[in-house]
Amino acid sequence: MAARAIWKGIIGFGDVRVPVKLYSGVQDRNVHFRLLHRKDRQPVRQAMVNPVSDEVVPYQDARRAFVSDNGDLVMLDNDELDALQPAPGREIEIVRFVPQQAIDHRWYERPYYLGPDGAGEDYFALAAALEQTGLEGLARWVMRNKAYVGALRVRDGYPMLVSLRHADEVVPVEALQPPGGKPLDARELSMARQLIGMLAAEFKPEEYADEYRERVLKLIEDKASGRGVKVVPIRRPKKSEDLAGALEASLKQARSA
Amino acid sequence: MEEDEDVIAGPRPIWSGTLAFGLISLPVSLFPANRGRPLSLKMVDPDGTPLARRYFCEKEGKALPADEIVRGYKLDDEHYVVVEDDELDSLAPERSREIDLRQFVRLDAVDPIYFERAYFLTPDEGATKAYRLLAKSMEDEQRAGIARFVMRGKEYLCAIVAEHGILRAETLRFHDEVRSPDMVGLPARKEPSKAALKRMQQAVKALATKKFDRAELTDDYIERLRAHVEKKLAAGRDVIRAPEEVAAAPSEDSNVVDLMQVLKERLQGRAPPADDKPATSRRPGRTAGAESGSKTRQKATPHRPDRSAGERPAKASRLKQLSRSELYARAQKLDLAGRSQMSKTQLVDALSQRG
Repeated sequence: MAARAIWKGIIGFGDVRVPVKLYSGVQDRNVHFRLLHRKDRQPVRQAMVNPVSDEVVPYQDARRAFVSDNGDLVMLDNDELDALQPAPGREIEIVRFVPQQAIDHRWYERPYYLGPDGAGEDYFALAAALEQTGLEGLARWVMRNKAYVGALRVRDGYPMLVSLRHADEVVPVEALQPPGGKPLDARELSMARQLIGMLAAEFKPEEYADEYRERVLKLIEDKASGRGVKVVPIRRPKKSEDLAGALEASLKQARSA
Repeated sequence: MEEDEDVIAGPRPIWSGTLAFGLISLPVSLFPANRGRPLSLKMVDPDGTPLARRYFCEKEGKALPADEIVRGYKLDDEHYVVVEDDELDSLAPERSREIDLRQFVRLDAVDPIYFERAYFLTPDEGATKAYRLLAKSMEDEQRAGIARFVMRGKEYLCAIVAEHGILRAETLRFHDEVRSPDMVGLPARKEPSKAALKRMQQAVKALATKKFDRAELTDDYIERLRAHVEKKLAAGRDVIRAPEEVAAAPSEDSNVVDLMQVLKERLQGRAPPADDKPATSRRPGRTAGAESGSKTRQKATPHRPDRSAGERPAKASRLKQLSRSELYARAQKLDLAGRSQMSKTQLVDALSQRG
């Protein structure tokens, strides 16, 4: 069963124009709940409420405002907000190409596969060129009134566009000060590294099924058919006081495993 | 923009529990490493009264407090199964309180398509030494820990990554949430002609550089919006001035501390002692996480800029790591003239001179 394309665009850089279709690279597998009023189990609605009078303000009467530092409001109407929106278009502009690791995954938001829109010779040439040069593109495009930045890369031989978070949306780790203290104990450090080495493994994503999802569905089924469910209190384990001792015991345990 | 998914400012951790490494138990708290758009608009009524987004009962015509709201799973049009938070936690009690690091993988071996969202881990009281030890050894070994944990009625697969002496939990998509080209129905691969491939490679290489600049990820819409409101504010057009007492008196919003500030304090082991009952005591009203992916809505509060702005400004190199809007917030505190016209570089220069 083929997936439905969510958007069509044209990849452009230099003289290159490659028409493509976008397909979601991920699928939602969450168990979905509705929020209900406890008393009568009716679904609740979201509404904008005046917190002073507790009165609901209909959506069409609500305005948007920017709140300045000292609490002044700048009122904005829909027309002026619309005027600030990016101009729509089909262009997926590739700004530059960078080596594969240059765009860190911390920027990654959502992946889309690209399929050919039309005959597709350039489409396959693009996939092969990305693979062989080991480069990926930094892209900009406007999709459904929203401006995106993205990484154009290859996965399993097919081109993919990963939308990226904007600059302000990722807290830069470099701006934070790591916890400090006395120099770490060399022996403890060596034991910790040894333990990591003993727990080294390959990443095999297929080995991790979402068992919890199954348990949630089972819980729902049990409750629906009137069976009781057990609730256990959640307690947090105590923190370790003796690091060296715990490390020694951990290594011993890992060796015998 | 209040629709943004990850507007989770505020000093509360999103999850608290224990990181287990061998037999070492290390209490930690999770804070978001991603945040919503820096310039957020508020919904107000025509008189400028800020509105709050509330859950609302149509029948009774009133807004509902969080404790009157429960999660329900729809069986059919009229029937729901109510599911309580403690029932969800009980489905995997150990994973609701513990991130157990049983495997360490090479970070570059994880296909980046799996990464979903990042959180910083901060050490809870007395856990700093173990935290530093784990972060250092993971960085030395160049490995990330893989574990699962349960948060807000959903299980997460995550990679614990150490960088710059700081641990991050990066949630990963499950294998069956990632599609293959085959599942999408992409056509079979075809060899391009030599000529087409060569032309394409040349076009790609012509635009190749070693790296890109963080500034290239700027949200132009936000910048346009910022310029627009600055202009209106300066001209006094459509501006409703804050009443004196609001501008002067600390409002309830002053409790909303900037995420950066909270992270800085937590990482240095300065956790707020009281009022820190964290994310494990979930209130469904706020945590629609299981309802539709990850809508985490909070009562809308005006964005407060970085409160650390009052500190002595750091060196230019440190300032360069901040985004333009963070720099701008600092410039605002210092009342730097001409700040709204300044580029990021100019802001860094101006701020470092104030040091």
